[in-house]
Amino acid sequence: MGAIYILWLRELKRYVRSRIQIVVSLGQPCLYLLALGFGLGPVFRQAGHGSYLQFMAPGVVGMTVLFSSVFSGIAMLWDRQFGFLKETLVAPVSRIQIMIGRTLGGATVAIIQGSLILTICLVAGFRPHSWFAIPAAFAFVVMIAIVFAALGTAIGSVIKDMQGFQLVMNFLVMPIFFLSGALFPLANLPAVMAVITRLDPLTYGVDGLRGALTGLWHFNAAFNLSVLAAIACVFIGLGAYAFSKIEV
Amino acid sequence: MIRVQHLVKTFGDFTAVRDISFEVGQGEIFAFLGPNGAGKTTTIKILTTLLPPTSGTIELDGLNPRTQQKQARQRFGIVFQDPSLDAEQTAYENMILHGILYHVPRQLRESRTEHLLKLFELWDRRDSYVKTFSGGMKRRLEIARGFLHTPRILFLDEPTLGLDPQSRNLLWTHVKQVNETERTTVFLTTHYMDEAERVAHRIAIIDHGAIVAQGTAAELKQQTNTDSLEGAFLALTGSTIRDEAASSADGLRQVAKMWRR
Repeated sequence: MGAIYILWLRELKRYVRSRIQIVVSLGQPCLYLLALGFGLGPVFRQAGHGSYLQFMAPGVVGMTVLFSSVFSGIAMLWDRQFGFLKETLVAPVSRIQIMIGRTLGGATVAIIQGSLILTICLVAGFRPHSWFAIPAAFAFVVMIAIVFAALGTAIGSVIKDMQGFQLVMNFLVMPIFFLSGALFPLANLPAVMAVITRLDPLTYGVDGLRGALTGLWHFNAAFNLSVLAAIACVFIGLGAYAFSKIEV
Repeated sequence: MIRVQHLVKTFGDFTAVRDISFEVGQGEIFAFLGPNGAGKTTTIKILTTLLPPTSGTIELDGLNPRTQQKQARQRFGIVFQDPSLDAEQTAYENMILHGILYHVPRQLRESRTEHLLKLFELWDRRDSYVKTFSGGMKRRLEIARGFLHTPRILFLDEPTLGLDPQSRNLLWTHVKQVNETERTTVFLTTHYMDEAERVAHRIAIIDHGAIVAQGTAAELKQQTNTDSLEGAFLALTGSTIRDEAASSADGLRQVAKMWRR
């Protein structure tokens, strides 16, 4: 238990101490809010869908949690190259504990980031349909964080250099975000897109967030939660397996 | 304490360690010497459970590090050749983290951390981030950390690399002291022959993955008809210079500098 706690705490300390990084990582979602939320707002309104800011704010929260949690897993790349990973791997602690500590730490950081962005959205003019929606939304933030922190750990265990990192960013993380329905409604999509969006785990997270916050569901809460829980199990298993195979 | 029989390790078609056997008794200081790329670090990685052997048997304090990983890990401490500190945490936090990973009880953890940081003259800088430390300070911290959980076997992989004579002296004096008072077994590698001659009870020389000679410093000198360990080393391993492949870490360090991490 001690090992899980201290590695979780380490992730948190790293986050709190890198203030510049906090600002930088909040900058991107704010840009999305500004450029898309306000920029595309008039077009969205003319199409008869109401406020675009209202529609995409949950998507931006989802995006923040996605990026933050995957990154924390990939940060293992640095620990591997700068040696700290070795220190944990020779310790008399099972690898699964190390993996869980790291993953929970990454997920916690992502949850904090998501909560910060949600606060910024509220300041920017986003209004949930009821204030009681916030706890329900929080549940989805937690689920998204766990799913993608586990995925990040799996990826971080496998890639070994910066090229791999770029590959993951361009061909995995960005598509997961853009194809998740964070930016557009899932209804009336072309058949191919409909299939692709349903294969994207973030789709269920964003739909859950949007549903909880604005009352606009494509699926429903129970369905979203169970799909996320199932994916979380798969990714945690995958992460644990990949982590157990690391050789330094 | 350490028993290695017919150990072989291959990576693809490259054989890093070919059929080596040796024994290290309890309370012994054993030096493992060899040119770059001879297989020293690979052997240490296998002994410390980081790499599985291709074949052969190893025993640490009567335990098989393959099947009894956790018990084996509890018994040894290691100072790696390359850094393994968490640069984003303070010296004190690095020590405490290590203590928790090795199940050292809280009070003992704190008192030993204080003792060791004072011993290695890092106590005044205990609350500074490791990333602000010089190379020598980082090295001293790694060494202090290796002693924290009072291991029965201590692996030191080129521990004095980049240390000034004062720190080296401090390290070897302390190693000898724990060896004498706590009967800690020490397995070390180094490129400094004078250190090996000064501290090691027995020496093995490895080249191209095979042990070419072992014995006390005096025996090795006698065997090769030379008057210094350095002379014996060169006589046994030749004078050609070995190349080691650059690791991807070097490339990454460059990128990291750019990213300020």
